[in-house]
Amino acid sequence: MTHAISIESVSKRFGSLQALDSVSFTVAQGEFFALLGPNGAGKTTLISAMAGLSRPDSGHIRIMGHDTVTSARQARMTLGVVPQELVFDPFFSVREALVFQSGYFGIRHNDAWIDELLHKLGLTDKAGTNMRALSGGMKRRVMVAQALVHRPPVIVLDEPTAGVDVELRQSLWAFVQELNQAGHTIVLTTHYLEEAETLCSRIAMLKKGKLLALENKDKLLAHSATREISLKLAAALPASLQPLKVREADGRHILQLADIARLEDVLRELRLAAVEVRELSIHETDLEQVFVKMMHGGRV
Amino acid sequence: MHGFMTLFKKEILRFWKVAFQTVMAPVLTALLYQLIFSHVLSQHVEAYPGVSYTAFLIPGLVMMSMAQNAFANSSSSLIQSKITGNIVFLLLPPLTALEFFGAYLLAAIVRGLVVGAGVLAVTAWFGLPLPSHPLWILAFAALGCGVLGTLGIVAGIWADKFDQLAAFQNFIIMPLTFLSGVFYSINSLPPLWKTVSHLNPVFYMIDGFRYGFFGQGDVSPWLSLAVVGGSFAALASWSLYLIGSGYKLRQ
Ligand SMILES: Nc1ncnc2c1ncn2[C@@H]1O[C@H](COP(=O)(O)OP(=O)(O)OP(=O)(O)O)[C@@H](O)[C@H]1O
Ligand SMILES: [Mg+2]
Repeated sequence: MTHAISIESVSKRFGSLQALDSVSFTVAQGEFFALLGPNGAGKTTLISAMAGLSRPDSGHIRIMGHDTVTSARQARMTLGVVPQELVFDPFFSVREALVFQSGYFGIRHNDAWIDELLHKLGLTDKAGTNMRALSGGMKRRVMVAQALVHRPPVIVLDEPTAGVDVELRQSLWAFVQELNQAGHTIVLTTHYLEEAETLCSRIAMLKKGKLLALENKDKLLAHSATREISLKLAAALPASLQPLKVREADGRHILQLADIARLEDVLRELRLAAVEVRELSIHETDLEQVFVKMMHGGRV
Repeated sequence: MHGFMTLFKKEILRFWKVAFQTVMAPVLTALLYQLIFSHVLSQHVEAYPGVSYTAFLIPGLVMMSMAQNAFANSSSSLIQSKITGNIVFLLLPPLTALEFFGAYLLAAIVRGLVVGAGVLAVTAWFGLPLPSHPLWILAFAALGCGVLGTLGIVAGIWADKFDQLAAFQNFIIMPLTFLSGVFYSINSLPPLWKTVSHLNPVFYMIDGFRYGFFGQGDVSPWLSLAVVGGSFAALASWSLYLIGSGYKLRQ
């Protein structure tokens, strides 16, 4: 099957700054994909290249098989992008903005879909309001609606939840998940890692224009990190376990295990030394730790 | 095609919603020029035999207002969209360069013609005779607005800031329009300035437009048509090329 997005050694320079350095990856149709990275990593630059807002210096990008340079029109037809910057046209109302946006995609009589978008995004009672009079979060929702007027099979959201309240974040994600279940491919960037963790199935990490990791989320979490256990013991920690200890906190020993299966060994050592275990807890790594670790040069 | 129609409609609404500023204001400005200049100069000059200075001034003012407003429409719309960033909504959809160009151009022409009609309506009763060649009037009105509307597109794409656009307007558009024979007949100028004026395409717009009203001008209307039409073709190709190449719009 054609990839929803295929990125082939895409590079882009701004003066002396290498914003994208030979980035390659693909996103399959129907995937829920996260693009992560610190500020300035090149996420928006990559999205701009996908959307044809900028041209890569080298490399190719295809959206649903359409090259963004040689088949730009088809590529744009199949892609919906919510830009990171909050932008709007102050001359028009919410509904006018959506009707115009439909028209630019060549779509007439889009009212039923526009009404549905307004409803899903909680904008129905703002339809006639001038864009200027909306709050920032509401403007963001209109931008989401604008990206969806042409029902694109591939949807890219560049930090859609920045500046959006908790309630909307949840309803927005519910809506995006619904779109994903209906078969749309979703790519998002976010700085809330728990969002990527709960929503996405695959994750790419960018840093300084380079692709650092590209993994299935579970795999990334699984082999990324050594797990930590916290032990409260009735007696001192046996000498054989001292090498595993990383620190002590609240009278508990924190041990680091290369693999969760090693827990068995730890318990056996404790039994042998006849040390009673009062408390035992396992700390799961989350994406945040993996992310921080990788961004500081750690390897996965 | 629907993309073009939508963008055209949006551009029309954009100026129409603020018509007080985009239509009424230039009409008032032209009326003031007419009042002042005709009062000051009517005793002294007869531009063409049988044509009073007051009447002579009217087509010039109409054309100048049309030209300036056609330029202002496309250039200010584009630079506003660029600076606020909402131009992204036009760059994401599959609009062709021709649709993009055509919509901005046509909206600029409409704004120019609406302002021109307004200026004509308030100044004609100063003594404009019935037009002798209405088709020439329409042709030069549309083409003149087309040239300046296209120049506005180029300037709007090129400029990164409002002050660059203002400089373009103050140092190129204003001198070209003021030194084009709006307020005087080129034939009254010393030979050197007459030659210089003949290098100014806006001179041909005004002269051809005036020919439509009085049946006489400084040069043949056919020459004017060739110059104005040629300028339009050249600017339109340049503008289409810039849009197609993504110059300043898609970095
Ligand atoms: N038009 C431009 N001109 C010059 N430099 C640019 C331009 N756009 C982006 N950059 C630079 O390219 C790098 C990548 O920027 P980009 O916006 O892609 O980062 P990002 O990953 O989206 O960051 P953030 O999380 O802050 O949104 C940054 O160093 C930025 O300063
Ligand atoms: Mg960004």
